[in-house]
Amino acid sequence: MTELNISILEQKFQEKIDNDIKIEPRDWMPDNYRQTLIRQISQHAHSEVVGMLPEGNWITRAPNLRRKAVLLAKVQDEAGHGLYLYSATETLGADREQTIDDLHSGVAKYSSIFNYPTVSWADMGAIGWLVDGAAIMNQVPLCRCSYGPYARAMVRVCKEESFHQRQGFEIMTTLAKGSPEQKEMAQDALNRFWWPSLMMFGPNDAESKHTEQSMKWKIKRHTNDELRQMFVDATVPQAELIGLTIPDKDLKWNEETGHYEFGAIDWAEFWEVVKGNGPCNKDRIDTRRRAKEKGAWVREAANAYAEKRRKRKAS
Amino acid sequence: MANKEWPLWEVFIRSKQGLSHKHVGSLRAADADMAIENARDVYTRRSEGVSIWVAESNNLFASNPNDADSLYEPSDSKVYRHPTFYEVPDGIEHM
Ligand SMILES: [Fe+2]
Ligand SMILES: [Fe+2]
Repeated sequence: MTELNISILEQKFQEKIDNDIKIEPRDWMPDNYRQTLIRQISQHAHSEVVGMLPEGNWITRAPNLRRKAVLLAKVQDEAGHGLYLYSATETLGADREQTIDDLHSGVAKYSSIFNYPTVSWADMGAIGWLVDGAAIMNQVPLCRCSYGPYARAMVRVCKEESFHQRQGFEIMTTLAKGSPEQKEMAQDALNRFWWPSLMMFGPNDAESKHTEQSMKWKIKRHTNDELRQMFVDATVPQAELIGLTIPDKDLKWNEETGHYEFGAIDWAEFWEVVKGNGPCNKDRIDTRRRAKEKGAWVREAANAYAEKRRKRKAS
Repeated sequence: MANKEWPLWEVFIRSKQGLSHKHVGSLRAADADMAIENARDVYTRRSEGVSIWVAESNNLFASNPNDADSLYEPSDSKVYRHPTFYEVPDGIEHM
């Protein structure tokens, strides 16, 4: 295709986006749009899948049957989210197996929050409340993303997420109302997960190299800093209500702006974790790799069984 | 065959009796039976459906999005296909 043709196609494409017409898999799209989406959606899928590990750690040790059933249902939802999203990358022409191998080889990234350990039951509360809470902030605007299959997957995901946050907040509320030791446990979980949760929104706008183009393409509807601010504003009063303290001595309400001001984020820590040096990076990837290797015989057996059934039907 | 990737299936769900099946997404499975089982786990965990169809993605054929204009534009000019095109005298009911 000539350069002129491409520039006309690009112009038409941008007009569709500007008019809020969704892009569907077989429509023409610029290569960069396709690649940006594949990168973002696969990272998102990996985050859902790796995100099962910190919580999976507590399923067998949930304090009672109700909590166990709930946690199990939540973790199962996350598996589903990963699946919707891998399917969305396939609509863009990404190879499913390659996408997963890219995670295992360290080429692909996932949310750095899942590289922190879950050392107490209260962490299940903190994760549901804060991590799923932050994920919801990110995902709600994605329901209006310009790419149809991603937007539709996000609608499903968001419907399921709201129970995730509530069950986490319920755990925190229960612990905060419990014995002094239980309240201490909840506070400790909040202390450890607060800052990594703020980091989930990604680098400050000035440092975020993809934001401008993604906003123009309506893949992204808010900047990282806007979403982070929305999260802080929503979460601080929730902590106050259950008597927990946000671990930020600079946190204060600004009457004029109507927003909370908060302290500086330790970006050095963020980049260390992104680069692979967080407390659990190696363990997470090793676990995923092992799962794929150890599951190989199951996939093989399913193929053999499908073949057998096919032959039986044919005969 | 050992490492053959499972084929891709498109999933359609009837949300309740009386409504048609609607496309909800896709998944991978070794065969149709497994695709239906997986679809049940993935797409109907909250009673979203009473019936599931799956079709191997390879077997679906689609119109070309570039043809959209020539396919659908001619019907835009045929307003007489809509009841609102016709004039009905005042006083006429049940029409
Ligand atoms: Fe999720
Ligand atoms: Fe979740």
